[in-house]
Amino acid sequence: MIYGLCLILFLVGFYGIVVKRNLIKIIMGLIIMEYAVHLFIVLVSYQRGGIVPILQEGQSISEFVQLAVDPLPQVLVLTAIIINFGITALVVAIAIRLYEKYGTFDINEIRRLRG
Amino acid sequence: MTNLPVLFVALPLAMGFLYILLLKQRPYVAEIVSVAVTLVLLLLALSLAGAGTFQDGYLVTSFNLPVGGWDIPLGINIFLDGLTVFMLIVVNLVSFAVILYSVNYLQRYTSRTYFYSLILFMLAGMNGMLITGDLFNLFVFLELASVSSYILVSFGVEAEELEAAFKYLVMGAIASALILLAVILVYLVTGTLNMAYAAQFIQEQGMNRALYFAFALFMMGFSLKAALIPFHAWLPDAHPSAPAPISAMLSGVVIKVLGVYAMLRVGFNVFDLGADPVFLNLLLVIGGISMIIGVLLALYQWDIKRLFAYHSISQMGYVIMAVGLGTSLGIAAGLFHLFNHAIFKSLLFLNSGAIEAATGTRSLKKMGGLAKLMPVTGVTSMVGSLSISGVPPFNGFWSKVLIIFAAVLAGRPVYALLAVIGSILTLASFMKVQRYAFWGKSHLSEKKQNSNLEAPLFMKVSMLFLAIFCIFLSFLIVPVLREMILTPAGEDLIRGASGYLARVGIL
Repeated sequence: MIYGLCLILFLVGFYGIVVKRNLIKIIMGLIIMEYAVHLFIVLVSYQRGGIVPILQEGQSISEFVQLAVDPLPQVLVLTAIIINFGITALVVAIAIRLYEKYGTFDINEIRRLRG
Repeated sequence: MTNLPVLFVALPLAMGFLYILLLKQRPYVAEIVSVAVTLVLLLLALSLAGAGTFQDGYLVTSFNLPVGGWDIPLGINIFLDGLTVFMLIVVNLVSFAVILYSVNYLQRYTSRTYFYSLILFMLAGMNGMLITGDLFNLFVFLELASVSSYILVSFGVEAEELEAAFKYLVMGAIASALILLAVILVYLVTGTLNMAYAAQFIQEQGMNRALYFAFALFMMGFSLKAALIPFHAWLPDAHPSAPAPISAMLSGVVIKVLGVYAMLRVGFNVFDLGADPVFLNLLLVIGGISMIIGVLLALYQWDIKRLFAYHSISQMGYVIMAVGLGTSLGIAAGLFHLFNHAIFKSLLFLNSGAIEAATGTRSLKKMGGLAKLMPVTGVTSMVGSLSISGVPPFNGFWSKVLIIFAAVLAGRPVYALLAVIGSILTLASFMKVQRYAFWGKSHLSEKKQNSNLEAPLFMKVSMLFLAIFCIFLSFLIVPVLREMILTPAGEDLIRGASGYLARVGIL
């Protein structure tokens, strides 16, 4: 169910990229789409009533295995966030340069490449 | 030998960062170091090809190095097999030629140090994708290579280049998001990110719906990166807009490593779909369509680099179609064509760069008579054009003949016919290039016609180097060389997941 909401968020972002005609809105769509993926990664490791994955004193191994949260996806999401942060910075920089050259954010007017 | 493959990533990555720190004011040092780095990596890749042992009539390479001392599946491993070594040779050979060419070509750009550090990042990303045995690591290196290529496409910061880079970046980011989603889905289902352990899980438990969904996402992501036909829209803008050496890198190796290699590795070795008729038919159909539509679109083009870019789509179609035949011969022929395409397409893009630098235009209508004015460029581009059109005795002929044979033997005569038609149309379109650019009446100004237009020394050396390989690669079908380079790569794909597991050493 909650994965389905994640998919909907992903599709919202995708809709923004495909339908919108403004560079900034396309970038927004991109960011929303990436957030949906990050959210999904975190959800993979979510566990109701989960505990820190460090073995405490006096804790039995079986209880630990049952309750501990999987730490790997949380590490992965950090990497993914950093990568997408870099991409977002780059795409905004390109959009600013495009605005300097064309004087508009409308992609209908930014089309010198044809054919 | 034990730790050497780490250098494929470590060396270019370290140099890239050092350039930015130390060499901002001294780009000429960066030039020399970059040429040396790529030469070392090329020699290392070639030496790896000789390091295996002969088994079952071909050379078997299998090398598993757990990074940081943690054994798999806890740590990340570096894994080399025949396919990896084959691709490493392709990538490092082309990068060496391209960086040698850049030494002269880049003189008219500012901030050249950044260029060299970015191109080395791109190289590190691609080499990393090839040698890693971990799915998330594959994604990280894929992003490293893609982000540097986005920046390099917009390197000239002209209006067209920025526009192309924006398009490329948005498409690339969608592809990356899909691939990341797929990687996490595989983790969710199999509980591991290591390719070998994921493959083992899939082999034992079989595919389920979540895994099919993950695989579909992988296919979409990698097809976007490889610019196969329904996903090709960014390529004809991005590849021609970049500076010529980067066009050569993008068309020559980036779409192959980021798209085709990753798709085949995941499809054949992790998901073990090498015998799955749906997967193979999908590859056949996508490949066949790309092959024909790409070349048809190319016929109309008057911009020389745009024409070459459309041919990249078409030639990647040949590779995918040949692999989709699913037979041993088909896969070997496809990989052979991949190698050949890397060589002649980068040669052609380097030629177009030399022409653009000399005449100041990319439109075929404004050229003409260049064969006399630029003899080296003329001859090498003739070699490249004949290779891509499949004229004997150049390398393109042999791989296309093998593909057609393989299609007939696999009982797919329709695809053999499509390959022949595609080849004829390619020949027609390259006759147009030769006719308008190098022969016929010159449309250049009087002053240009009398001046010396030939490319400078390193550009000439690099183009001749690639042209020699266009002829030399024909010998890859000679038995001994074939069993050293081509057969191992094909066999590692066709043996599927169980072959991969045996190579990694877990069964």
